[in-house]
Amino acid sequence: MTDTNASAFQHEAGFGDYFALLKPRVMSLVIFTAFVGLLVAPVSVHPVIGLCSILFIAIGAGASGALNMWWDADIDAVMKRTANRPVPAGRVTADEALAIGLALSVMSVVFLALAANILAAGLLAFTIFFYAVIYTMLLKRWTPQNIVIGGAAGAFPPMIGWAVATGGVSLESVLMFALIFMWTPPHFWALALFMKGDYDKARVPMLTVTHGRRVTRNHILVYTVLLVPVAIGLGLTSIGGPVYLAAAVLMNAWFLKGAVDIWRRDETAADADAYRTEKSVFRFSILYLFLHFGMLLVEATLRGFGLGGW
Amino acid sequence: MAIKAEHEIHKRRFSRNLGVGLALTGFAALMFALSIVKITSLGGPIQGFDHVARPELTEIVK
Repeated sequence: MTDTNASAFQHEAGFGDYFALLKPRVMSLVIFTAFVGLLVAPVSVHPVIGLCSILFIAIGAGASGALNMWWDADIDAVMKRTANRPVPAGRVTADEALAIGLALSVMSVVFLALAANILAAGLLAFTIFFYAVIYTMLLKRWTPQNIVIGGAAGAFPPMIGWAVATGGVSLESVLMFALIFMWTPPHFWALALFMKGDYDKARVPMLTVTHGRRVTRNHILVYTVLLVPVAIGLGLTSIGGPVYLAAAVLMNAWFLKGAVDIWRRDETAADADAYRTEKSVFRFSILYLFLHFGMLLVEATLRGFGLGGW
Repeated sequence: MAIKAEHEIHKRRFSRNLGVGLALTGFAALMFALSIVKITSLGGPIQGFDHVARPELTEIVK
């Protein structure tokens, strides 16, 4: 190294900065849903193979996060929510993010193929490609439907977990995919309603910016109505059961009520109470997804004792 | 600015080296465990042929 001035050292990254490239919070959701997908499958997996598979799915998801941060460094720098990410903050260079993203992508796919099977690895490769190329590079800055289609990337992990165990795709795994896929739009649009300005400044075409807030409220309601039959339908399959179904009916009624509340309000009402309804629906949406998958896990556990299920 | 033996930058480098070291060690251990599981699940003996003759691995010709 020939460049030895002090400022070059000031920005040298610690281990945590590289770890932050992998979007640990998104990763935790990926680990949880992949774990549920693997565990509720009718085929049992050796714990070590299961552990390795979940690890490689998580690394693959993290790699696509690093590729996203490499490509989006310019808009991340403009938005308050993302300005402190390692690349826009100057702690890690964009080239390093690209190198880490590519290396970990290849490594995770190859090792998932070796630990589990080719189908699971293929699904993981497609997920990384979909998130990094289709969503980040093509859709995000181009269409207000970005998060609808991009939501597919977040919806794949339970399907990959299922494929690790069974080596196949089935109605159950497609419905788990559909649950996250349909849940993503109302979840993110509720956030976009009260995170005003950020996406505007970065010129990302969020629905709130391109079509206005009234249209966004309508969209939240429509997607929530479409989400309900998926969530209930999953309860009628082989991985569902009375416990899941009862919880799903309650949560979907509550989520639907929240979507109707958002739909009935206008900006004056929302401004008056600082977006209370929107914020509470957003918070509940996180619990909603967590509990649906949690209940699938409860059903799988009960089945182990000869209870639950249909 | 006084020259200190231990600058903050050294701590950051140490964290990076330690992190990479632990990640690699953990990875190697996990791969070893995975290999054992995969090999034993095949049902055969865990030892393989080496440069030394291993009579217990050869089939007996009748």
